[in-house]
Amino acid sequence: MTFTFYLLCGLTLAGAVAAMSLRNLVHCALSLAVAFGGLAGIYLQLDAQFAGFAQVLVYVGAVAILIVFAVLLTRGSEPANEPIYSTRWFVGLGVATGVFAVIASAVMASKALPLGPLSAPTVVIRDLGDQLMTRYVLPLEVLGLLLTAALIGAVIIALHDNPPKTGDAK
Amino acid sequence: MTETLDQIFVDLKHWLVSFAPDQWQPIISALLSVAALIGTFASLFALTTILERKGLGRIQNRYGPNRVGPFGLLQPAADGLKALTKEDIVPWTADQVVHFLAPLVLVVPAFLALAVLPMGRNMAVVDLDGGVLFFFAVGATTELSVFMAGWSSRNKYSLLGAMRAIAQMISYEVPLILAAVSAIMIAGSLSTQDIVLSQSGYTGWVPHWNVLTPWGLAGFVLFMIAAAAESNRSPFDLPEGESEIIAGYYIEYSGFKFALFFLGEYIGMFAVSGLGITLFLGGWLAPAPFLDWIPSYVWFFAKLLGLIALFIWVRGTLPRLRMDQLMGLAWKFMLPMSLVNLFVAGLWLLTPPGVTRWIACSVLVIGSYIFLARGMAQNGRVSKRVYRYAE
Amino acid sequence: MNPLAGYLLLSAVLFAIGLAGAVTRRNAIIVLIGIELMLNAANLNFIAFWRFGKNPEAMTGIVFVIFSIAVAAAEAAVGLALIIAIYRHQKTTNVDRLDSMKG
Repeated sequence: MTFTFYLLCGLTLAGAVAAMSLRNLVHCALSLAVAFGGLAGIYLQLDAQFAGFAQVLVYVGAVAILIVFAVLLTRGSEPANEPIYSTRWFVGLGVATGVFAVIASAVMASKALPLGPLSAPTVVIRDLGDQLMTRYVLPLEVLGLLLTAALIGAVIIALHDNPPKTGDAK
Repeated sequence: MTETLDQIFVDLKHWLVSFAPDQWQPIISALLSVAALIGTFASLFALTTILERKGLGRIQNRYGPNRVGPFGLLQPAADGLKALTKEDIVPWTADQVVHFLAPLVLVVPAFLALAVLPMGRNMAVVDLDGGVLFFFAVGATTELSVFMAGWSSRNKYSLLGAMRAIAQMISYEVPLILAAVSAIMIAGSLSTQDIVLSQSGYTGWVPHWNVLTPWGLAGFVLFMIAAAAESNRSPFDLPEGESEIIAGYYIEYSGFKFALFFLGEYIGMFAVSGLGITLFLGGWLAPAPFLDWIPSYVWFFAKLLGLIALFIWVRGTLPRLRMDQLMGLAWKFMLPMSLVNLFVAGLWLLTPPGVTRWIACSVLVIGSYIFLARGMAQNGRVSKRVYRYAE
Repeated sequence: MNPLAGYLLLSAVLFAIGLAGAVTRRNAIIVLIGIELMLNAANLNFIAFWRFGKNPEAMTGIVFVIFSIAVAAAEAAVGLALIIAIYRHQKTTNVDRLDSMKG
């Protein structure tokens, strides 16, 4: 396992742990962006270039900023005096450790991990586009509908409900 | 002879790399390209600052800076010296780490975006298969730096400027990407080198650049307007207008960090102009077949200087847009227009070449522009414009 | 330990971190951040199996990850809109206090 993998792995894990444990919400959101960037680096190392660039464009460029806006709109920038973890935090930690133990033991104990070609597959983005338009066109269209519905829904949910003016028909 | 002059930088790099031992050669090659890129664009930045101030001065009927050096040409050196030696004031309640990192997060992606631009034949630093996607991904990262700068200063005005700037940049990313997608669709590839090569060829003396087609012209205009908004330049510089919010999200920066913000903004402007040249203006291709002997990088930088002059001209001429006018322009005019442009580009691709496709595409583009622009200006009434004069 | 196992373990650790955060933190936005981390861990799993699997020319892994990224973005948008709407009514984002169905 190469040095770059360990570097990116460390960066991602540091970002993830910081995102989950910091008190200041904006710091959490920014370390999440760092974790996303680390993951994009890992995708690039795995020769999934489109996935890596899409990860940066969507997650760092949009989702992280969305989270930051939500933090600011809910006045999370002043750290609260109350404890940030729930009272039964050890249960949550125990559950997470249990999940990790189960998955890790499954990974380490499995002998039938398929190992195909260890050389990098060259993914031409044109082929990806062809696949999206021929084999995966139905999920693509459904995704378009889903995104439209999510956009309209989010706007409606977050809209200020104006008090109805007197004499105005609703 | 012209061939060697054209490839002189590539050959120079290969010659320099050949001195290194074998396993170091890729790293040395990458370092040389990066150093050349940074050197070129940093000097272009210095040149642009003086060009902008002189140009704006002349538009406003005054001389620009003319004390330092002949015609004020050494002004960037004076500015750089001032920025280096000024005291770096950080507010006491500011978030120190985020305040420090914000200029870096602006400058590094801006320089990264320059890596996929082909500045000459075989002269892109990296020829990625998804070059344009990489460019937009890296451009989206600069918005995070705007937020970091605005929030970490713990200043209401700077936060307000940052929120405005992010809203503006996100809104204008959509027409920018859609206008670029129309060019990508015609070229059939996301690689910048392929896009430039798809615009080669001449009919008579007229080149096959994308800007000389109906959808290309509309796409280029949309791209340039969105690019001006993305770089927070006038008339879209509400987040940083000096008479408005006194430098918006970088109020609390002084000295070298302010110079880094300035550098990052200008490099972003160069990068997005470079992409516009690659997508629409034919990259490093010459405008006429008999001008082929001029090296390709000369053409690229000539076009880049032309676009920079266009930005400076627009800055000196047009008044600033208000925030609601800005957002209305993005969502109500530019987004539908870029979708129509995409449709027209598809029509162009699928119809056989001839006069009919020119007429059909031009009618569609001009008709939808009139409908959208007049409709937006007069709240839905598409009629002749009526001027009111103050009495 | 072959490379595939390394990536799978990294994905498992990320998933566990996201789960721990989503279950123990009190602020609703941090819970959402934890969920995003879990989704990213699953994406990493897909890409790792695509890369080291039998048939990388079919690009199934990358296509799945593209869809997953898009769906996660849509879900983050709706989730954050919900949190903002709840904040407007209850003036809090503390999930321990959002325990009544009234109002």
